[in-house]
Amino acid sequence: MRRLAGLLAVLSLGAAPAPNPPPVDLQALLVDAPAPTLDAYRLFSDPGARKPNARVTPYALNTPLFSDYAEKSRFLFLPPGTRARYTAPGVLDLPVGATLVKTFAYPADLRRPGERLRLIETRLLIHRPEGWRALAYVWNAEQTEAVLKRAGARLPVNIIDGAGRPLAIDYAVPNANQCKQCHSLSGELVPIGPKARNLNGDYTYEGRRENQLARWTRLGLLEGAPQVLPRTAVWNNPREPLADRGRAYLDGNCGHCHNPQGMASNTGLFLDLEEQRPSARGIGKHPVAAGRGSGDLAVDIAPGNPDASILLYRMKSREPGVMMPELGRSLPHAEGVALIADYLKSLDPPR
Amino acid sequence: MTPRFIALALALCASTAQARTLEVPVGAGAQERVQTALLDAKPGDVVALGAGRFEFTDGLSLDVARVTVTGAGEGKTILSFAGQKGSGEGLLITGNGDTVRDLTVQDTKGDGVKSKGVDRISFIGLTVEWTAGPKETNGAYGVYPVASTNVLIDHVTVRGASDAGIYVGQSKTIIVRNSRAEFNVAGIEIENSMNADVHDNVATHNAGGILVFDLPGLPQMGGHSTRVFHNQVVDNDTPNFARKGNIVGNVPTGTGVMLMANRDVHVFDNTISGNQTSAVMVIAYSLSFDDKAYNPLPRDIVVRDNRIGRNGWAPTLPGGQSLAGAFGGSLPPVIWDGVTSYAGGGGPVSLWFKDGPVGNLNLARAGDTASAKPAVTATLGSAGLAEPAPVTLPPDQDKPAT
Repeated sequence: MRRLAGLLAVLSLGAAPAPNPPPVDLQALLVDAPAPTLDAYRLFSDPGARKPNARVTPYALNTPLFSDYAEKSRFLFLPPGTRARYTAPGVLDLPVGATLVKTFAYPADLRRPGERLRLIETRLLIHRPEGWRALAYVWNAEQTEAVLKRAGARLPVNIIDGAGRPLAIDYAVPNANQCKQCHSLSGELVPIGPKARNLNGDYTYEGRRENQLARWTRLGLLEGAPQVLPRTAVWNNPREPLADRGRAYLDGNCGHCHNPQGMASNTGLFLDLEEQRPSARGIGKHPVAAGRGSGDLAVDIAPGNPDASILLYRMKSREPGVMMPELGRSLPHAEGVALIADYLKSLDPPR
Repeated sequence: MTPRFIALALALCASTAQARTLEVPVGAGAQERVQTALLDAKPGDVVALGAGRFEFTDGLSLDVARVTVTGAGEGKTILSFAGQKGSGEGLLITGNGDTVRDLTVQDTKGDGVKSKGVDRISFIGLTVEWTAGPKETNGAYGVYPVASTNVLIDHVTVRGASDAGIYVGQSKTIIVRNSRAEFNVAGIEIENSMNADVHDNVATHNAGGILVFDLPGLPQMGGHSTRVFHNQVVDNDTPNFARKGNIVGNVPTGTGVMLMANRDVHVFDNTISGNQTSAVMVIAYSLSFDDKAYNPLPRDIVVRDNRIGRNGWAPTLPGGQSLAGAFGGSLPPVIWDGVTSYAGGGGPVSLWFKDGPVGNLNLARAGDTASAKPAVTATLGSAGLAEPAPVTLPPDQDKPAT
């Protein structure tokens, strides 16, 4: 019977307005066993996961993590009758059942973003009663189905880079523990991206630009947002001050581990935007556990001297054991390296 | 049955009723199969890796409490990370009460086996090594518990680490025993940690044998209460191969035991010989720092009753040759920099160097070897500093080795 109904629905396409697709399967998100395929949650109304279902809201971050040049599309699902609550400086307070959805994809040619996209994986962060759970679903070659991958994987990706040259990427799908390594706050798995300050920017909704937090408040998806909101700079907007962009980039790419409650808390190097002590931010700070990652350099940040800064040395590297971040990339981010080099150069040298 | 015996029997039943052994044999797809077992394990389970050589392409990680990862024995179960493409270590452990034992870890790109923020972590019968010998491109630490509590390192061997072979950082309640550290930059290092017993180990052919340090600017500072005893700290003669910038890069080749900052450190009943710079070196932290809570001075230090052989004949520290000349050709076995104050404070520094002769460099400030006014005495300071209490771990963690 259900099958027949489905068939009728397909046949009626074009003739009458399509009926609303069934809503997101909240139960599937909350049961103990994760679904073997992504479509079971009905987060999207199309098999290719392009069209978000009802109560699934697309969003973007002012300054995201670099992930080997993958294009990322992000969505937030809020269960019916719930809303996010404003908090600062951390991540919005999200209700049980809330799910963050992030699809990683590559265009065939980085010079033509969004074109001929190949979906690689879709990651979910599901807020369950006992805490957050991270899952990764890997797309098949036909791009029709994404299958749960718990133990991680390496996938070859071959594209054309921004300069028109072939680029081979050894793309890493994280295992469930690696998800937690970055998404860790005092040992608990938590979201990183949707901080109010990093969401405080415009998004284009069906051709109309609107501030994300204003829209979410207007639509009843968010409560408690004050009039004046903190804001993370957009790392690649040259109209913004260099220092703001540099710190925003370090916050987005390093600060999830390098904060007092993160996985790299033991280093004493804290690169989140909230850190104010110069030495904790790496300025003139001697490394603790850098090992060969020191690159024969004495301090994490030598103000005014990017080439003498361990931080930049490790951003440029693609050698495991040296490169930072140690998860989430296999390539150096040339544009990010250039920004941080400029930023370090702009810092006043010690007197 | 006595109540105690009943309780024991119940405990055994409870653990055997639930505990499973997840066996993983060698073969293709090791990365996914081993990592899946580490994800599937439930508290109390054993992940048993079969005999043979596992080849990994990425790091492994374990985040489940009370899991034992075991192999068929050191040298029999080999986890090779020579083909590793990512991750900062070979195996990362974040589950309380976990144990790694009876296997060999080879050629990780970063650290070997790390635990972060774990209560009750045990490394037993484990070898971590870099197979091409000492090289600056080897990973930093072999066995690396950090920010952990109740740390047991027993019958562990580490070779070739480009920083410290056995490194315990920012941790509390630590035992390192019956272990061997060789051909590393530092053999065994206890850093920014409280209550450590380091005993019955062999530290040989490193640049420096056993180090107890306290560094500024870290979440846990003020390291104290470490006992270093019954160790063989001999023939530490591998030229320091750390990349510059690392604090151990400053450890002079041929250092036996080195104490920097820290308090309540007792070094006794060790055999210390064949170290060309010094048997025991006690110094202040000499780099700049702006951390007001940090005390760079070593204090309440005892060095007594060690069997000290030939050391200090060709010191490699900066200005070492002229210092040796000032001391009559070689450095005395126990060296103290003589620094008792720093920009933020100072005050009386209590020491008892029963072993000697003791060379007091009388430096004007930490690290300023040019200002040395060397003086030699048979001993230095006075007895009476209380020894830290022996370290005890939870009884279910500290079981005798089988």
